[in-house]
Amino acid sequence: MTAFAHQLFSGLAMGGIYAILALALVMIYQATHLVNFAQGEMAMFSTYIAWDLIDRGMPYWAAFALTIVVSFLGGMAIERLVIRPFANAPVLTIIIVFIGLLLIFNSVAGWQYSYTIKTFDSPFPARSWFGNSFMSSHESGAILVTFAVLALVYAFFRFTPLGLAMRAAAQNPASSRLVGIRVGWMLAIGWGLAAAIGSVAGMMAAPIDYLDPNMMLGILIYAFAGAVLGGIDNPWGAAFGGFAVGVLENIAGAYFVGPEIKLSVALLIIIGVLVARPSGLFGRMLVTRV
Amino acid sequence: MTPMTIVSREPAALPAKPILGLDARLWRRAAWALLAITALGLPFVASGYHLFQFSQVLIYAIALIGLNLLTGYNGQISLGHGAFFAIGGYTTAILVTKLGVPYWATLPVAGAICFVAGFLFGLPALRLGGLYLALATFALAVATPQLLNYKGFDAWTGGSQGLLLSKPYAPFALPLSPDQWLYFFCLACAALFFWAAANLVRGRIGRAIVAIRDHPIAAETMGVNISFYKAMCFGVSALYAGVAGALAAIVVGFVSPDSFGLFLSLSFLVGIVVGGLASIWGVLFGALFIEFIPNYADQLSDLFGESAKALPGAIYGVLLIGLMYVMPGGVAGALRSAPRLFSRLFSRAKHG
Repeated sequence: MTAFAHQLFSGLAMGGIYAILALALVMIYQATHLVNFAQGEMAMFSTYIAWDLIDRGMPYWAAFALTIVVSFLGGMAIERLVIRPFANAPVLTIIIVFIGLLLIFNSVAGWQYSYTIKTFDSPFPARSWFGNSFMSSHESGAILVTFAVLALVYAFFRFTPLGLAMRAAAQNPASSRLVGIRVGWMLAIGWGLAAAIGSVAGMMAAPIDYLDPNMMLGILIYAFAGAVLGGIDNPWGAAFGGFAVGVLENIAGAYFVGPEIKLSVALLIIIGVLVARPSGLFGRMLVTRV
Repeated sequence: MTPMTIVSREPAALPAKPILGLDARLWRRAAWALLAITALGLPFVASGYHLFQFSQVLIYAIALIGLNLLTGYNGQISLGHGAFFAIGGYTTAILVTKLGVPYWATLPVAGAICFVAGFLFGLPALRLGGLYLALATFALAVATPQLLNYKGFDAWTGGSQGLLLSKPYAPFALPLSPDQWLYFFCLACAALFFWAAANLVRGRIGRAIVAIRDHPIAAETMGVNISFYKAMCFGVSALYAGVAGALAAIVVGFVSPDSFGLFLSLSFLVGIVVGGLASIWGVLFGALFIEFIPNYADQLSDLFGESAKALPGAIYGVLLIGLMYVMPGGVAGALRSAPRLFSRLFSRAKHG
């Protein structure tokens, strides 16, 4: 039983990380109806920036904040410079561009920081919290950070004028433009936010999975699975899906399929959900008029 | 559903305008002859390792046609064709090493197994729109090495050690080295598969799959059975990838989980984009590209040191995005528009 609880809680901690990344995916999906295949690699690159800053002697939380800001600006720049010219291109073209971004980030990280695995320290104290013996302090911390991110995102979209404008721009670009919302910039901010949120996922994952240019690939697949499971157009659904996939993956890895083929669980979830219930658990059913 | 219009379209017929005083058809024939002479003469000029590389180019070309049939012609995005390549490769390796089947007899088996696998994967894929299919196949590509590593199959797959095959010798006492023989073997297969694909896309089936890509509703109204064609297309495409994988196992003489990672699947995507989406002959350029660019990048490691490992990925990435900007038709698209461009240039010169 203890072992099971252990698996459950560490699944929840990883699930939190998947949930954050899934949230980043949903952010871009809602605005453009595209899934950003480079999201994981962008997060990985942000994590390297954080590592670099800490390596230069910056205190952890300052580096954390600065990385989020840099990622936000970087995400906006990518949208403006790389993605914008393809705004009306067919899906295939845009996916090819995403894959291009993925390859570029991966290889630039390898180039800059080498392919050797680096350790990334956790900001949380080594002693586990609240006498919880099932989780390491980093795992509890990661879950707390996940909830903080979710709360902040909720507050941003619910209570700020900018959040309202972004929701409007995603829902009805033409009308939004008529009432004076700059839809193009809302898209850019959406990319910036996604990159910033993704960077948090990267920084939470690095102490667990270590830092190397390919660290986010598996995490991205789980985040995909989470987003698809919860409904890719519903942020809360996607966050729930992330947690669910984390727990499922850990328990399946420990008791059913063995840890070495855990990724196939994500593959099965993705295909199963898409076939049985394409809108996910909490997604809106999309009806297309032909 | 958004119509998947893809930039390059089949040209109705090449303009029969003379270029440099020669008929366009003659130019085409000359290109054919040149290609044939190069392909047949190569083994007697190139040395062992280079010949091995050219065999690999042919193998990649076969896999790329398969992917292009699916993605370029039918508009179904696959980021996971490395998985079918792996199934083909492992089928051959297992048949040869565990069951003692002669290598040439494994090709049809590998093709058949991959066809079934592709068809089965294509059935759920029918319900997935472009984006979701990309997602599912991407996950497939990432999961493939893990699945091949699975402990339960170790007795068959050799686990992370992989399987070793011995190099076949030329039959009938032909005076050819193993490398030369394998090259001709690949060349024959490639020629067969090119011919089949060229015929396929030119005929009724080809028009049907292109119609499904460009306007599924209109295609259905015209009596095209969309689900059947889409699943078949997936199957045939996987068959191409599987045969290519089987040939790769024979030529390389080794299969292991690490050789079938995400990078392979993404290389295939790069290959068809460079060669030209919805182009059969373009894949030759794509295959040359994905075979030689990583190689040249390796040679630059003296210059860049350890970071040269990052070079192929960086080049691929920049090219993918850059090509989408400036040359969405790939090399084939550029060549296709070249005659028109030339004739316009020269006629202008005459008038001016």
